[in-house]
Amino acid sequence: MRTIHDIHGGIHPPERKALSRPGELDTAPIPPVLVLPLRQHLGVPALPVVNVGDRVLGGQTIAEAQGVMSVPVHAPTSGVVTVIEARPIAHASGFEDLCIVIEADGQDEWLSFTGTADWRGLDAATLVGRVRAAGIAGMGGAGFPTAVKLSPGPARSIETLLVNGTECEPYITADDTLMQCQADELIEGAQILAHIVSAKAILIGIEDNKPDAIASVGAAIARSGAEIELATFPTKYPSGGEKQIIEILTGEQVPSGGIPADIGLLCVSPGTAVATKRAIIDGAPLTHRIVTLTGEALASPQNVTACLGTPITALLTHAGLNAESQQRIIHGGPMMGFAVSDLRAPITKITNCLLAPTPAELPLPEPAKPCIRCGHCAEACPASLLPQQLYWYARAKDQEQLAEHRLFDCIECGACAYVCPSQIPLVQYYRAAKGQIRDSEQEKQRSDNSRERFEARQVRLETEAAEREAKRAARKAAAQSKAAEDGVDPIQAAIERAKARKADQASEPEQTP
Amino acid sequence: MSLLKVTSPHASGQSRVSAVMRDVLLATLPGVVVLTAYFGPGTLVNIIFGGLIAVACEYAIVALRGRDPRLAVSDLSVLVTSTLLCIALPPYAPWWLITIGVLTSVLLGKQVFGGLGYNPFNPAMVGYVVLLISFPVQMSAWASPRGLGEVPGITDTFQHLFSPSTIDAVTAATPLDLLRQNTGLLFEDLLTSSPELTGWGGIGWFEANLAFLLGGAWLLYRRVFTWHAPVAMLAALAVCALMGYDGGSSQSGGSAMFHLFSGATMFAAFFIITDPVSSAVSNKGRLIFGALIGVLIYLIRTLGNYPDAVAFAVLILNFCAPFIDHYTQPRVYGTGSRDS
Repeated sequence: MRTIHDIHGGIHPPERKALSRPGELDTAPIPPVLVLPLRQHLGVPALPVVNVGDRVLGGQTIAEAQGVMSVPVHAPTSGVVTVIEARPIAHASGFEDLCIVIEADGQDEWLSFTGTADWRGLDAATLVGRVRAAGIAGMGGAGFPTAVKLSPGPARSIETLLVNGTECEPYITADDTLMQCQADELIEGAQILAHIVSAKAILIGIEDNKPDAIASVGAAIARSGAEIELATFPTKYPSGGEKQIIEILTGEQVPSGGIPADIGLLCVSPGTAVATKRAIIDGAPLTHRIVTLTGEALASPQNVTACLGTPITALLTHAGLNAESQQRIIHGGPMMGFAVSDLRAPITKITNCLLAPTPAELPLPEPAKPCIRCGHCAEACPASLLPQQLYWYARAKDQEQLAEHRLFDCIECGACAYVCPSQIPLVQYYRAAKGQIRDSEQEKQRSDNSRERFEARQVRLETEAAEREAKRAARKAAAQSKAAEDGVDPIQAAIERAKARKADQASEPEQTP
Repeated sequence: MSLLKVTSPHASGQSRVSAVMRDVLLATLPGVVVLTAYFGPGTLVNIIFGGLIAVACEYAIVALRGRDPRLAVSDLSVLVTSTLLCIALPPYAPWWLITIGVLTSVLLGKQVFGGLGYNPFNPAMVGYVVLLISFPVQMSAWASPRGLGEVPGITDTFQHLFSPSTIDAVTAATPLDLLRQNTGLLFEDLLTSSPELTGWGGIGWFEANLAFLLGGAWLLYRRVFTWHAPVAMLAALAVCALMGYDGGSSQSGGSAMFHLFSGATMFAAFFIITDPVSSAVSNKGRLIFGALIGVLIYLIRTLGNYPDAVAFAVLILNFCAPFIDHYTQPRVYGTGSRDS
């Protein structure tokens, strides 16, 4: 039996998970128009390989990865590319980004895929290539390209593959549903991932508020006959943070600024494991994902499998949104999700939940009061930071102290703001401060660069001057030595030539035109 | 339908500043009831009169500062400050003493620094120390406990606020005074020498300390503050008292029980040093903060010129709090030595 370690802090917000009936999975209708952002992952956007007017089939690659930190995009159904342009996307910034827009033709015709049942016979590089080609990016939230994660480099060796089935955010039940409905695929996917990184062990961690998921994953492990450990641990937010679940299950901490691979771990979400199974065994790319549609403003909260690129408004309508005049639509969960600023924005590979709360359910924040330094935030912080001090220094824009108090170890889980009796939007201050520090670092980088350029130019000018001087000295020395050989002083000779020319000019009368 | 842009987290817990302050006020009730039972309604009248002055003063000054005065008053923090100060003041204090104390606390202790959350010192203790230094006679006139002197009624007490002659309040030395003035008696003999010293901390004093301990325990249960500062302070005070007890000679500093249950010990441990604004912030920091206050209380009580020492000890440690904070940052996730 594995020892379960406790993490510092954490909170117990109302879970509200039953609302979306975890374990029941429907399919959302294919929308008439799909909007597929070229960047649904962390990194470089994909490069479109279709033209406007092209007919595409389901599963067809419509944009290819550009470089290592990039993943391709595939069509989730058949249809015609109508436009490639900047469209509103679901991002905290509210900015637009380049998207391929497909008008579905209703045929839902697909390419045929060939997978490899005997994946054990393939080497890691081939498998990683297929994972990349399938367009898989971490489906837990950040969208980190999975192929990059699977290549931690020769310096790091992965001992354990950790499947993070915590899903600690309130409301969200997408992973819960996936673990209940696709447990066998999850186990196969986990085995493939472990094979790729030569992990010796596979560990699946699930919070104890999901007994059905625990039962179905346990049964799937038994059916597979594989040696996979299933660990459950007490429910607490944010146990599902990558660093937190690692500490809970291993007692070790990921070094600040490091990655789990530094301590021999690879952490993936259940969705990533299932996508990997489908990419390798079925040969199918990532075109759909499970999304939780929930909140009391929806008539029928539920989990659906939806095409990537489905506009948010289509899914909310599907779930029966009764919108208030002032409605908040949250992409993700109530703790870390962001408010969507345009409902035409599509869902992407990282969309695990769309939350439409009523004002009574998630009241808007009250006006912030002064910090009374009660320290509840420090008790709640899973990173053992001192949020009240960070707040103070963030307001004072004291970057030195912010670094001293390790602002960049903040995972923005929101536990501090949740417990704050003064209702201070603490995370907002930390995000802003991080942005300012990044800006000033870039500024410093730029000024360093120009200083280096200037110094290099000075050096170059000096070297050139020195070279010119050396050449001149060499020429002079050569001339002198030649004069010494000829017995004629070249300077004296030049002076005499000039005198002679002057005398000629003086003797000739000036010609007037 | 328009979309609301709000940043995460979108959920929020139940804790509110005004609720915290309300809890602190409620937690003083047992202590106030005991003080009233033993020393008459003097403390109660202090609290009511001081509260009125404090709310009026806070309202006026916040309005002058161009902020919303109703918002400031509604967080109840000013009532906590005035209530704590008025509990510390001697019962049957004259109106002007209370007024000066409350105005000093609210204006010099709190609002000059920017109001709630910005005060480096405990505002109630600022007011208390200003009074103690300026009006030592009035400040050391503590009432006699019931049974040893006559205890006036509540109407008389209110009248006494403005015309001190209406009642002839009997004052007596507090147990800590008696201990400090003791020159020739063994500690055990001292305890039996005067009727005020009956019990572990003196008549009324022991019970009041017990009542404040009860209120403090409730606040701990309500998670208004952590145990670190109070426990460290009480432990440090007890350890110092044990070391200075010297078997109870006439030079003795007094027993640990005496120090824990006399004077303002429990009141300080749970209501004064737990003021989060002016104390150290980390748990480790609060341990040090509390322990040093405990040591200072003992030293000032036994070696100093003032009968009780809480206010001075707290203010001195308020000075040190940022320094303590600097050296007691908790170890952040992932920053431990990888070797250990």
